[in-house]
Amino acid sequence: MFKFILGRLAVLIPTFLGVTVIAFSFIRLLPGDPLELLAGERGMSAERKAELMQQMGFDRPIWQQYFSYLGDVLQGDLGISFASKRPVLEEFLALFPATVELAFCAIIIAVAVGIPLGVIAASKRGSFVDQSIMGVALVGYSMPIFWWGLLLIILFSGTLGWTPVSGRISLLYWVEPVTGFMLIDSILSGEEGAFLSAIHHLVLPSIVLATIPLAVIARQTRSAMLEVMGEDYVRTARAKGLSPFRVIGVHALRNALIPVITTIGLQVGVLLAGAILTETIFSWPGIGKWLIDSITRRDYFVVQGALLLIAGIIMLVNLTVDVLYGFINPRIRN
Amino acid sequence: MNASLIRSALLSLALAVTLPAQAAKSLLYCSEGSPEGFDPALYTSGTTFDASSRAVYNRLVEFVHGGTEIEPGLAESWDISEDGKEYTFHLRKGVKFHKTRFFKPTRDFNADDVVFTFKRQLDKSHPWHQYTPGTSWEYFESMSMPSLLQDVVKVDDYTVKFMLTAPQAPMIANLAMDFASIMSKEYADTLAQQGKKEMLNQQPVGTGPFLFLMYQKDAVIRYRAHADYWAGKQPLDALIFAITTDASVRLQKLKAGECHIYPYPNPADIDLIRADKKLKLEELQGLNVGYLAYNTQQAPYDKPEVRRALNMAINKKAILDAVFQGAGMVAKNPIPPTMWSYNDDVVDDEYNPEKAKQLLAGAGVKDLSLKIWAMPVQRPYNPNARRMAELMQSDFAKIGVDVSIVSYEWGEYLSRSKDVKRDGAVLMGWTGDNGDPDNFLAVLLSCDAVGSSNRAQWCNEEFEQLIQEAKTLTDQDARTELYKKAQLVFKQQAPWATIAHSLVYKPMSTKVKNFVVDPLGYHRFDGVDIE
Amino acid sequence: MTTTTVTVEQERSALREFWFYFSQNKGAVVGLVVFAALVVVAVFAPIIAPHPADFQYRDHFLMPPAWAEGGSSQFLLGTDAVGRDMLSRLIYGARFSLFIGCVVVAFTLLGGVVLGLVAGYAKGWVDTVIMRVMDLILAFPALLLALVLVAILGPGLINAIIAIALVYQPHFVRLTRAAVLAEGNREYVVAAKVAGSSHLRLMFYTILPNCLAPLIVQATLSFSNAILDAAALGFLGMGAQPPTPEWGTMLAEAREFILRAWWVVTFPGIAILVTVLAVNLVGDGLRDALDPKLKRS
Repeated sequence: MFKFILGRLAVLIPTFLGVTVIAFSFIRLLPGDPLELLAGERGMSAERKAELMQQMGFDRPIWQQYFSYLGDVLQGDLGISFASKRPVLEEFLALFPATVELAFCAIIIAVAVGIPLGVIAASKRGSFVDQSIMGVALVGYSMPIFWWGLLLIILFSGTLGWTPVSGRISLLYWVEPVTGFMLIDSILSGEEGAFLSAIHHLVLPSIVLATIPLAVIARQTRSAMLEVMGEDYVRTARAKGLSPFRVIGVHALRNALIPVITTIGLQVGVLLAGAILTETIFSWPGIGKWLIDSITRRDYFVVQGALLLIAGIIMLVNLTVDVLYGFINPRIRN
Repeated sequence: MNASLIRSALLSLALAVTLPAQAAKSLLYCSEGSPEGFDPALYTSGTTFDASSRAVYNRLVEFVHGGTEIEPGLAESWDISEDGKEYTFHLRKGVKFHKTRFFKPTRDFNADDVVFTFKRQLDKSHPWHQYTPGTSWEYFESMSMPSLLQDVVKVDDYTVKFMLTAPQAPMIANLAMDFASIMSKEYADTLAQQGKKEMLNQQPVGTGPFLFLMYQKDAVIRYRAHADYWAGKQPLDALIFAITTDASVRLQKLKAGECHIYPYPNPADIDLIRADKKLKLEELQGLNVGYLAYNTQQAPYDKPEVRRALNMAINKKAILDAVFQGAGMVAKNPIPPTMWSYNDDVVDDEYNPEKAKQLLAGAGVKDLSLKIWAMPVQRPYNPNARRMAELMQSDFAKIGVDVSIVSYEWGEYLSRSKDVKRDGAVLMGWTGDNGDPDNFLAVLLSCDAVGSSNRAQWCNEEFEQLIQEAKTLTDQDARTELYKKAQLVFKQQAPWATIAHSLVYKPMSTKVKNFVVDPLGYHRFDGVDIE
Repeated sequence: MTTTTVTVEQERSALREFWFYFSQNKGAVVGLVVFAALVVVAVFAPIIAPHPADFQYRDHFLMPPAWAEGGSSQFLLGTDAVGRDMLSRLIYGARFSLFIGCVVVAFTLLGGVVLGLVAGYAKGWVDTVIMRVMDLILAFPALLLALVLVAILGPGLINAIIAIALVYQPHFVRLTRAAVLAEGNREYVVAAKVAGSSHLRLMFYTILPNCLAPLIVQATLSFSNAILDAAALGFLGMGAQPPTPEWGTMLAEAREFILRAWWVVTFPGIAILVTVLAVNLVGDGLRDALDPKLKRS
């Protein structure tokens, strides 16, 4: 087992190095000069520009810049944002909880709704219920979520006025950012109604972000259940006269969950990509919006750092899923 | 399927969530983006200034609220020496700095604070010149302060002297700008002791109308009224910036009561806002100009008669309708009409394609082709450059000039369009910094600026003499005369086709009282009240 | 002579069997019909569309659809902010979406299959390098990587297609490689090898046809995902540029009107949803028909 983990890690290292090269070189390939953007219509004199280039270390050969960047990264220093002049890591840590909170709620919704739907569909295979659930799941799977988000905003925030338009909490509450997770901070703040307000703000964006993972999980659960229900031990359990609820709920579901868990793990990348769109639509202060803004500003270190961190997180999650899978299913290890 | 479930859950939530009782008067402002930081001298964007300099800080002199004129701020009065090279400021007494969670001031504002504010930008060996990585004093640099300002000296606790290398009439206006916001030296010293210099840019302490409480990136900035403000406490108790980058979301929030006022509405929403009884709309002529700059060093555009002929072919009225959707006015001068010295006697080129054709033929030019550069981004002076270029393309086609439209990424566009050898005419524009005509005419049209911000690459001796002389005079009437003449020369020489000055709109709830639209583009909340 | 007849007949019966299983799935048939209709609409757009896609009717800004109050039968689905007919733009938009899907699938299939065959067949360091690069691409969320790539190449439809095709590569490479590794030791391959077939012949003629099924399923998936991702890029301002009537771009332009004119926001989204749904239905049908394991149960 240990050897297996080591093997996976050994693969990760070159990938991570590759990711640093990509993150570093991509942003430098972007047309457009951050200094020119900074100066705007006024423009900047050649001497001033040279001075700033030197100050930021851009006058050195590109490979030197890369290696000093790599050195800094290994020491946990991701550089300074041009725009805010604050450390990239600090900004990331300030914004990341918002994205995590959103993604977490989305995955909770997706699992809580998706798995039961999949189980129901499988247990009533071929029926009208099954077909409807699978139909809805396929619609969800095919949904352009940026449009879906706009529709929900128009309906629930605009026409009906049930949900707030954007933001994480009503700003009239005074909530200190202790953990960065609004659901927790709002309780810590001790303000009455703050927690409900936070949930109220989370509902719509989480539903939008949950749409695709929910559909994937429901479909995956159904097919895993169908497979398991054909196995001998389930048939035996059924033959023994156990209640269908027990057969499906205990025996079949437990075994069907293994591939489903893998699927959930794989949704992390989907969620992070979806977060870019969802955050844009709901003005949600997370890393998705931050990254897009920084690309337009050519904020080199922010884009580099954000790409690196996002890729790092995805690789870690994939590793965890791999390892978990290895635990459950020893055949994989070889 | 589970829609009804979701619906009932949402409904119950909607009923359960009631807003907290508002004991204090809070104004919610849906700002358009996050400030880059809170030390205004490091930045150049209006978003940052709204959140820092205009809310938290004061300057020695201030722009009149809602105007471009100058009034006393932290300096009660000032004298200018005969040669125009020495400015002496007499400071206001008893001005209190903010008392916050992170800093308790022990003394009032004095000359040390003024000297600190400017020396840190001017003096390269000052301990605060490079106080956080990547520090650069952008506006100080671009207003040529390092070469203009010789020294800033404390005469006594309440007198400060500025020594210049040359007489400079716009100096006073410059000192009302954001980079001149007065910082607390005592706060800076405390931070230096604690080894937390970078906090100066994150937790501001000033003398201004609002006291900074907290900031969460991309989400919210909170302020409270400064109880000991030297000009009196504000009518508002709390000011909250709800950062909302998307304009249609801002409108929805305004309608839902999640904010009281917001900047930069979509032009498409203006009618909708006007029709809403609960909302009102303030508007003002912006301090800006949008123009098409020919390359006056490229044949045949080096001939004024060719440029004038082209100007005559542009149907500006159509451009205003299609591009600005009515939110603007036709420009005839390089400066906007709200600025002093605007010459209303200048007659704009008439729209007359026939005459334009004749003029071109008269100049011996035929089969002309022209590249028009269209910027890829929306700017205050030009909401849609691409559409504008397309309209010009069809206008010029009518006089037999073949136009091709080019565009680059914005950063590239800015740098390539500066090139003296640039091929074609470029769509550009400018938004004023300080309300002084010099800030338009010298920045955009002086000989010094050729190859940088003078994108017409235009250097005209007569014009140059007029604006350089105006810079050295302190008498505004005399300066006005010179600038008026300069505008006549400009029109006659036609280095640009002046296109439009845009209107700015501020939608707000009818509950908001006394909000004044600022011609300089600031969003100031001093004096604002809410029902 | 006899051998050819047999193969033709075998192929014919294989096709019949495929159609039998495919048509079992009602949804897939519906999807196929819708998809075929979309293809017809796209191909004959200039004939079907009542108006040119880019013509601006200056007197008809933001007209509601024909059935709504204030609508006119001249513009069935209404007009947009500059007076262009929505229906015609949507019809022309079908061309772009199908084009995006086709080109992306063609690129990824070609690139992915060649790389996968090479990796699986050559093994050794070639395999390692190819697979590490694919891991690298997979380390980023697809849309994010595509977004950065488009920013580098410059916003535009073609660049969006290139970026999307690039980020979809790894799935095809992995599938092909896995199939090659699995098939490589089968008897028929070994036999062909012994008989002295060339490497190219082995790769493309002997091995490839036997791992087509998962590739076809993956290709339909990519087709629908490509349409979604291209629309998302267009929505973020990085895909097709206005005035191209690409659906995502239309949505981005329409965003400022969401309070005023529901139709400019609603219809392009429905068009995307219906197209993607149709392709996914077909994909499900294909999987059922091609996957022997599911066929059995």
